[in-house]
Amino acid sequence: MKLTLRVWRQKNADADGAMSTYEVDGISPDMSFLEMLDTLNEELILHGEDPVAFDHDCREGICGACSLVINGDAHGPERTTTCQLHMRSFEDGDTIDIEPWRASAFPVIKDLVVDRSAFDRIIQAGGYITAPTGAAPEAHATPVPKPDADFAFEHAECIGCGACVAACPNGAAMLFTSAKINHLNVLPQGAPERETRVLDMVAQMDEEGFGGCTLTGECATACPKGIPLMSITGMNKEWLRATRKVSKR
Amino acid sequence: MARTVWDSTLGKKTVMAVSGLIMLLYLVVHMIGNLKIFFGAGEFDHYAHWLRTVGEPFMHYEWTLWLVRIVLVAAVVAHAVSAYQLSRRDIRARPSKYVHKRPRASYATRTMRWGGVILGLFIVWHILDLTTGTVHPGFRPGHPYQNVVDTFSTWYGNVIYIVAMLALGLHVRHGFWSAAQTLGAGSRTRDRALKTVADVLALLLTAGFIAVPVGVMTGVVS
Repeated sequence: MKLTLRVWRQKNADADGAMSTYEVDGISPDMSFLEMLDTLNEELILHGEDPVAFDHDCREGICGACSLVINGDAHGPERTTTCQLHMRSFEDGDTIDIEPWRASAFPVIKDLVVDRSAFDRIIQAGGYITAPTGAAPEAHATPVPKPDADFAFEHAECIGCGACVAACPNGAAMLFTSAKINHLNVLPQGAPERETRVLDMVAQMDEEGFGGCTLTGECATACPKGIPLMSITGMNKEWLRATRKVSKR
Repeated sequence: MARTVWDSTLGKKTVMAVSGLIMLLYLVVHMIGNLKIFFGAGEFDHYAHWLRTVGEPFMHYEWTLWLVRIVLVAAVVAHAVSAYQLSRRDIRARPSKYVHKRPRASYATRTMRWGGVILGLFIVWHILDLTTGTVHPGFRPGHPYQNVVDTFSTWYGNVIYIVAMLALGLHVRHGFWSAAQTLGAGSRTRDRALKTVADVLALLLTAGFIAVPVGVMTGVVS
């Protein structure tokens, strides 16, 4: 395959960026999107140019490191992570636009790499449980009803890649935050911090400068893990409940 | 407590949802009341006068009406202020656009903000036209039937009204469903029902309100 790539190049956080055009040849349809970018970078290095910086780690679709907005879609045309997107999803001779996640809470560090530490701070605000350390507890000590376990797992699938923020026209982190809150709030292990978790995580989300939800559904469409839009409804419900409960104290 | 609610994006959304539902409830009542125009000047004008005497003798003349007006103004102001502040925040959160453009979200969803502005301007015109009569040449207080017929005998009256009612339908369609999500009332099993209720409400309100100018234009109401 021969492709024309239009890639966002930006030297550093303070520099102005722009789209640069590159031609790549000899791309196999079986390559992943990141392997295609590796091919481009090898060529760039060979010509003494600066390779395109992009985030990646496990390349198995489970770590949430890879990003990229490909032809306007977070993680590209398939519902998966960029590392699991294959070049067979494109046609020979295509022009592909590659851009970084866009949100003021995710500033560009270089080229296609953005700073997603805002997500870490949301997690630090309440995305954890308090548990004694030591050996793993006996599995039957805390029974979890099957529907609750399924609900928790569906939300626990979130890998924190930030595609929801990238896809949202308001740069909102609602889907990410709601996935984390729903995951822990439904479980008995998460019950002690149920109220403070949702209040603190939502407050931190606002603090980071993410936008609000207008329920366009773009986040859930882009999510490589299929976190449902209803997750946000669940977070709203938890937030209202916690607000009522805390105000009574 | 009120401070933390108002400072939060979720709190502002809650204010929008509650105020929106209050206005929606009023619109349903208003639309049903409007349809009395098809039963002649006597019934319509009598209904309009009754609106001023509701609750008597417990309430004084027009007290109930003013109570409703105060609640509605509060709802409009709360809705508009939170919408403005949330929109400002949303635009700040996504300052740079993608180079590669693609169509996003449904028409109803994309037009919420400008549709809301259109509705706000419409409400001002509507009150000046049919409540105070300020912009209504030949306005006759106490004769709402004749005033309505006058308004819809002008081309601009019809255009402003019909455009606003179409905007209303789109606004209600996305707004009702969104309010349910904001208040945490949505669920996977209830989603279809909520979307259907939103569509039916939007359609009934738009059709019910537009029936009046159409009635005047076709001569059914004269």
